[in-house]
Formats: sequence, structure tokens, C-alpha cells
Amino acid sequence: MTLDQSEVRVGLLGAIAVAALATLPLFSQGYYLSLGVNLMLYAALCTAWTLFSGPTHYISLATAAFFGLGTYTVGLWVDHVPFFVLVLGGGLVAAVLAGLVGAATLRLSGVYFVIFTLGLAELVRQLVSWTQTKVSTRMGLYVFTDFTEVHIYWMLLALTVAVFVTGWLIGRSKLGFAMKIIGNDETVARHVGIDTARAKIILFMISGAFIGIAGAISAPRYAYIEPPSAFNPMISFLVVIMALLGGTKRLWGPLVGVIPFTILFDQVSAQFPNHTPIVMGLAFLAIVYLLPDGVTGRLEQMRARMKRSEKTVGGEKVA
Amino acid sequence: MSAILSVDRAQKKFGGLVAVNDVSFDVREGELLGLIGPNGSGKTTMLNLISGALRPSAGEIRLKGERISGHAAHHIARQGVARTFQLVRILPSMTAEENVVAGAVFARNRLWGKDAHALAQTLLARVGLEGRADMPVAAMTYIDQKRIELARALASDPRVLLLDEWLAGLNPSELQIGIALIDDLRREGRTIIMVEHVMDAIRTLCDRCVVMNTGTKIAEGDVAEVLSDAEVVRAYLGDDDDA
Ligand SMILES: Nc1ncnc2c1ncn2[C@@H]1O[C@H](COP(=O)(O)OP(=O)(O)OP(=O)(O)O)[C@@H](O)[C@H]1O
Ligand SMILES: [Mg+2]
Repeated sequence: MTLDQSEVRVGLLGAIAVAALATLPLFSQGYYLSLGVNLMLYAALCTAWTLFSGPTHYISLATAAFFGLGTYTVGLWVDHVPFFVLVLGGGLVAAVLAGLVGAATLRLSGVYFVIFTLGLAELVRQLVSWTQTKVSTRMGLYVFTDFTEVHIYWMLLALTVAVFVTGWLIGRSKLGFAMKIIGNDETVARHVGIDTARAKIILFMISGAFIGIAGAISAPRYAYIEPPSAFNPMISFLVVIMALLGGTKRLWGPLVGVIPFTILFDQVSAQFPNHTPIVMGLAFLAIVYLLPDGVTGRLEQMRARMKRSEKTVGGEKVA
Repeated sequence: MSAILSVDRAQKKFGGLVAVNDVSFDVREGELLGLIGPNGSGKTTMLNLISGALRPSAGEIRLKGERISGHAAHHIARQGVARTFQLVRILPSMTAEENVVAGAVFARNRLWGKDAHALAQTLLARVGLEGRADMPVAAMTYIDQKRIELARALASDPRVLLLDEWLAGLNPSELQIGIALIDDLRREGRTIIMVEHVMDAIRTLCDRCVVMNTGTKIAEGDVAEVLSDAEVVRAYLGDDDDA
């Protein structure tokens, strides 16, 4: 594998940043660690979401379904199967669901996809609740492990790194190249031999798997998991808002949305717990009207405009 | 003589409109076949049926004896059919070289990495875009974008190349270059179906031609004979012949 200079530089900076982030638990075990876990969770979720939604522009609201499946995989078998196997299992189960959803919907247009994924998350939640009342008398599952917040924080950090590395590998793979062509012109993509539906399904499965893994890693945090918390639709909406706020053109774009919004949301939920939907609604409106390409998209636009005004040549644009 | 591509009673209906009506013809290996006819006669629709952009309502299309009609466009591309589009279709966010590489990776050729880029460089030079590999194609002129599209189609080393009015919109000197380029492809032994309104190009380049009018094939054969055919003349009467 060959790396160019900028890739080496980004890699080094990334490694330093990850090392610095990994030391957070040494400084704080209380509020800041808990905030750190939330930040890391949404960093992983939003980046994984962008892996698929960035290049395809499909808005998926199935995040809660994948997340909840991961959580439940751990909840169901944590007493019998090693935790790390369950983490992978959660990813696998989520990937299978993503594959099925993808095969059923990715030939449809974007609007149907949004509605379908929202309905799906709800359906999975209802199915899990219903099954649970049939086979057991309890509403939820106990998850007892030796993991503390610190462990969860480190695991989520590792997951975020894994998502970024995967995104970078996809970017230099045939799949990434295919997605770039599809994003430019889907008709051309098909005519140069790309099975566009298959490419999208694979990408959706990879994205879903990481979200499932995030759910599995988060399971020990809850101690007692129930469908309404594991499959909370709020997760899906928050991921969309944060990712779009940051911008999905670059894989690191969502981080720019995750950091301020997680902190803001944390404050709002602590002080005005009944007003969280208002904050989400306002954020949605603000993104749609003010920042359709997110913060990073806006910054890039501004940079491009500055470059263009510097250059005098090259005005011959063809329609 | 063996046909590399056979169109067998192909039909395409759009609601009540029959855009292609029971059209049959064969294309021989290494042949340059002209597909001509007045505006709206169904030429582009015919190419769409061959490339898999549209599925025929009836009839069959075979490549080397294997049925390709009814398959998806990406499958047909992998079997070795490549095309350009009447309204040029480039990949605007990508460089010239990447645009051409796109043709080399997934279809018949299946090159990747260094090989694909080397081929793209060669093809860019061949279509007259040497040294422009890193240029964003969105900033290119119309003719250069058409060149990109041709290079992309060639990058898959297609068994059959479909050109939909590739020469349209070129000025007289560009037209000479364009004709020379297609002639070059023909000499190299490529099988080509060329939809064209430029009669000069049809006369100089084509081995044979098929004439369509309102969805039906009205003539087929030697270019000079076909163009003097009474029905063909009538079909074209009133239509501008820009040659
Ligand atoms: N997707 C479509 N849906 C409905 N009608 C269509 C479609 N594509 C083509 N047609 C109709 O089919 C007929 C044939 O069109 P086509 O584009 O194949 O003609 P053409 O011979 O390529 O014409 P031109 O020389 O103007 O390019 C026209 O009447 C056109 O309006
Ligand atoms: Mg046409």
C-alpha cells in the first residue's frame, strides 16, 4: 500500500489526536467522562451514518433499529457468550437487516427510503417488545458486566477510529470509486458496468454494522435495557441532525456537528428536559434553511469563492 | 458472415407511442454501421434498447449469440457494449483522467490502479486531450467533454461501441478531426453503431447503414444506394440535412 504525503500527515495528526483523547479518563471520571462517552458515541454513529448517506444522499432513519439490535444482541446472550463476540454479532445482525432493507428499498427514490427506514425502526421495536412479552414475563433485560464508563469510552474511541479507517479504505477501493461515479451520474455509472443497487446495499450494510456495534458496546451502560430505550427514535433523529449540521461531504464533517450539538443537547436535557424536541426542531430548521451543506460545506464554499476571486483565468464555463 | 450483434424484431412502446417498431438488423464484427433517420424516428431509443438503458417491450437483442435484452445496463456493459450519449454526460466533479478510468474499471476491461490510469492517459492522448489529465471536466468546452465521453467508452475495450450523434455540435474544423478519429477506430477493427445527422460523415465512414422513420426500419444496405432510395429521400424531405 502506498501513502502520499498528505495521507501520512493526516494519519500522524489523527494518531496524536486519538492518543490525547484516550487520556481523558485520567483527568475526569465524572461529568466530563460521561459527556466524553456521549461525544464518542455520536462521533461513531454519525460517521458510520455518513459512510452511507454522504455519497448516496439517502437519509436513513433506521439508526435506532441497528443500534437497538446491537444492544439486544448483548442483552440476550451476555451471560453465555464472550462480550467481544457479541459486539461483532451485533454488527452482523445489523448488517443483515441493512442488507434486507437495502434490497427492498434502495431501488426506490430517496423519499420512500426515508419513510421506509423510519417505519422499519418502529416495526423492529414493536416486534422486539411483542416477542419479549410472549417469551418472558419481564419487559427488559439485565446487562451485568465488569465494564465501567472508562472501558466504554475507550471502546467507542476505538470504534470511531475503525469507522474512519474503513471510510478511508473504501475511499481508495473500487467501491468508493463506484460511489463517486454514482454520485456524479447514476446513468453513466450503470453504463460503465456498475451494479449501482449492489454498491449501495454493500455500503448500507457496512454503515449499519458499525451502528450495530456501537449499540452493542453501549449495552453495559444501561444495565437494564428495554425496547423504548434501546430503539429510541431520538437516536435516529439526533444522528441525522448532527451529521447534516457538520456536513456529509467529508467523512470528518459530522464531527463538526457532533461536538457542539452533543454539548448543547446535554445542557438542554439536564436543565429543560421537556424542551428537547423544540431544540431538535429548531436545529432541523436551521440546517435546512441556513446550512444545507453543513458547516464544513459552507466553509468549503467560502474557500472556493476566495480562490476564484484570486484567479483571473478560467471563466469559460460550458452549459 | 457472423453477426456480433443481432437486433431481432425489437419494439419499444411509450404508452401509446411506438418509438421502435419491429426493427431487425445485424451488425458484423469490425463493421461501422450508420443508424440514420429524421428527428424523433427512434434512433436514440434503439441505442437505449441495445445498451440496456431501456428494456424492449418485445423482441430480442443478442451479443455474440447471447441474449442481452432484458438484462440491466451494467450487465450489458460488462458483456462489452459501451456508448456515448446524445446529450453529453460527463462526471463533473472528477478530473479528465478519472472520467476515463471510470470506463476501464467495471465493464469488460476490469483494470484497476496503475494499469487503468496508464490506459486513461493513452486514450486521452488518442482523443486529443494530451496533458489535460488533471483538468476538471466541468470547465472543459463541449467538444472536449465529448472527447472525454468517447475515451471513457473506449476504456472498456468494448465489443460494440454505440455513438449517439457524437459529431453533432462540432464546428467544421472540429468535425474533420472527429471524422478522422472515428475512421481511426474503424481501421483498428472496432465494431461501431453510429447515429448521425451529418451526412458527410455517414458517406465517408459507414460500411452500411440502417434508416429509420417513425419507429420502423425503412431501408438498409450500402450507403450510396440507401441514400438515393426514394422512400429515404421522402422521409428526409423537409428535414434539414446539415452536411
Ligand atoms: N423516455 C421516453 N418516454 C416517452 N417517449 C419517449 C421517450 N424517449 C423517446 N420518446 C419518444 O420516442 C420517439 C423517438 O425518440 P428518439 O429520441 O429515439 O428519436 P431520435 O431518432 O433519437 O431523434 P433525434 O434525431 O431528435 O435525436 C420520440 O417521439 C420521442 O418523443
Ligand atoms: Mg436521438
